[in-house]
Amino acid sequence: MTETVKVYSRPKTLIDRPWHFCPGCHHGIAHRLCAEVIEEMGLQENTVGVGSVGCGVFSYEYFNFDGIGPSHGRAPAVATGVKRVLPDRLVFTYQGDGDLAAIGTTEMVHAAVRGEKITIVFINNTLYGMTGGQLAPTTLMGQVTTTSPYGREAKQAGYPMRVCEMISTLEGAAYVARVALFNPAQVAKAKKSIRRAFETQMQGIGFSMVEILSACPTNWGMAPLEACKHVENNLTSVYPLGEFKVPEGVK
Amino acid sequence: MKNSELLLMKGNEAIGEAAVRGGCRYFFGYPITPQSEVLEYLARRLPEVGGAYVQAESEVSAINMVFGAAAAGARVMTASSSPGISLMQEGISYIASAQLPAVIVNIMRGSPGLGGIQPSQADYFQSTKGGGHGDYRLLVLAPSTVQEMIDHTILAFELAEKYCTPVVVFADGMMGQMMEPVVLPEVEPVPSEKPWATTGMRGRGPNIIHTLHLPPDELEQHCHNLFAKYHQIEANEKRSLAYYTEDAEILVVAYGIVSRVARAAVEQAREAGIKAGLFRPITLWPFPDEALVNVAQKARKVLVVEVSMGQMVEDVRLSINGRLPVEFYGRIGQVPTPGEIFNKISQIIAEVA
Ligand SMILES: Cc1ncc(C[n+]2csc(CCOP(=O)(O)OP(=O)(O)O)c2C)c(N)n1
Ligand code: SF4
Repeated sequence: MTETVKVYSRPKTLIDRPWHFCPGCHHGIAHRLCAEVIEEMGLQENTVGVGSVGCGVFSYEYFNFDGIGPSHGRAPAVATGVKRVLPDRLVFTYQGDGDLAAIGTTEMVHAAVRGEKITIVFINNTLYGMTGGQLAPTTLMGQVTTTSPYGREAKQAGYPMRVCEMISTLEGAAYVARVALFNPAQVAKAKKSIRRAFETQMQGIGFSMVEILSACPTNWGMAPLEACKHVENNLTSVYPLGEFKVPEGVK
Repeated sequence: MKNSELLLMKGNEAIGEAAVRGGCRYFFGYPITPQSEVLEYLARRLPEVGGAYVQAESEVSAINMVFGAAAAGARVMTASSSPGISLMQEGISYIASAQLPAVIVNIMRGSPGLGGIQPSQADYFQSTKGGGHGDYRLLVLAPSTVQEMIDHTILAFELAEKYCTPVVVFADGMMGQMMEPVVLPEVEPVPSEKPWATTGMRGRGPNIIHTLHLPPDELEQHCHNLFAKYHQIEANEKRSLAYYTEDAEILVVAYGIVSRVARAAVEQAREAGIKAGLFRPITLWPFPDEALVNVAQKARKVLVVEVSMGQMVEDVRLSINGRLPVEFYGRIGQVPTPGEIFNKISQIIAEVA
């Protein structure tokens, strides 16, 4: 007789509620990875999640820990306020590329400049998902969006913004990594990076950020598997994966 | 409240010390004349009392840091001057909607645009009528002396926590920069219960602080809840002072620094045999309308004096409701002298005589 062993279950840091995300969207995986790491680190009771405005706007409806819904782009400033008051809590933001790399660039850069002991989880899907697929600073060259109908052209909209490369130049940024979710091996690596980022924060080392290349099948006009292939083949060449900065304490 | 000795203090520094005595341990701000001494004072003082000062990269960030610290349950303040307060308006709307206590100090300077660095009262509309988007109100306190800057700052924290709402301390560049003798009160701030704060669950369910209400019914209910609170504030918190108004035929209305000058002008008028009185709103929102109507009983004319092109005058006209003529006298970039206001009073009394 074989015994059944449960090897996979919903983390208690995630509320049992169906996602509102489109089929094949990577936001759900990213939420789950954050929730799993928080549970595994035993931090459910000591975490304050700071959401953003974008398709991740309802993060506080899924996460089973304290949460704040800030205004568009300002999550790192809000997280700074929380962390200065509660320095021993895990404080992280969850932001899209419009939220973080366009309207919230200032707040993100200066949180890193100050070496603010917060973590940013940055979802790069190369466009504005929630508002219907408009151009973002991260949109690929030639990519068609609703506001780059002829494809992104340099003379009109410049070039893709590489956030990790930029943030890595700052001394206050301690852990910086770019990961993806297009296959199970990548998901496992992504989870490890989120853990390292949270550990960097909890050890008081400095600012940490994990950029996650994510699929937006709806606004890319692709089937979910095709969208995974697009991340693997076309996003990673512009946005190379890897750890840009790893502090001694979390190696 | 125990009192300590008499000191000579600059308005901006007095606000900083009052905040500390009122239990504020967190300050987020950005330099701007004529307010920067608030930052400088607190950058030195807060670490002494185990608090934190963060110089933000902009006023947009500063007000959002305030949002975060307030959400985490702290007593928190920011201070700026007119252009910086403009940048904070989005954040203020979010703080009001999220029903978080916070104190915002505006040491006003000349506007619009970059304007000037001289004293002004031209942000009255911005603070009392909205400023940011949506249906919300701000409690606005208008001190007229450095001592009142201290007392109102302490009061602002109490009111902010009592009503879970942002409170504005509304002063001008002259008050921020001038030195006056003050008594620093020994306050024992009572820590208020904040069971809603996002501090990590620690044995309870998740606390969520947000401002998104997508279903129309929910949003409507949210606004009704906010306004039930604002009506309570209107019922309880209107504050004003009146001088020489019992028999006043000409009633001067002024707040903040101008009310001091106007009082001197009214006293000069009394010496000249003119029955002049002064009404001074202390809360600009809620505006002390009934009190104004009461002291205007015997008046034949009202004169509003402001350092602006005329903003509070609209609330005075609304309160007087057409029963009396309401005149306006304003200066820009400078506080009118007692002589100027006295001349205006004499001119008006000659017209009605
Ligand atoms: C001040 C302000 N400007 C614009 C918006 C509208 N808005 C909502 S979500 C969004 C973009 C979100 O895109 P992104 O951050 O890339 O997240 P995604 O939806 O792709 O996950 C915008 C512009 C807003 N809510 N607030
Ligand atoms: S629009 Fe894109 S990012 Fe938003 S939920 Fe759908 S697939 Fe995900």
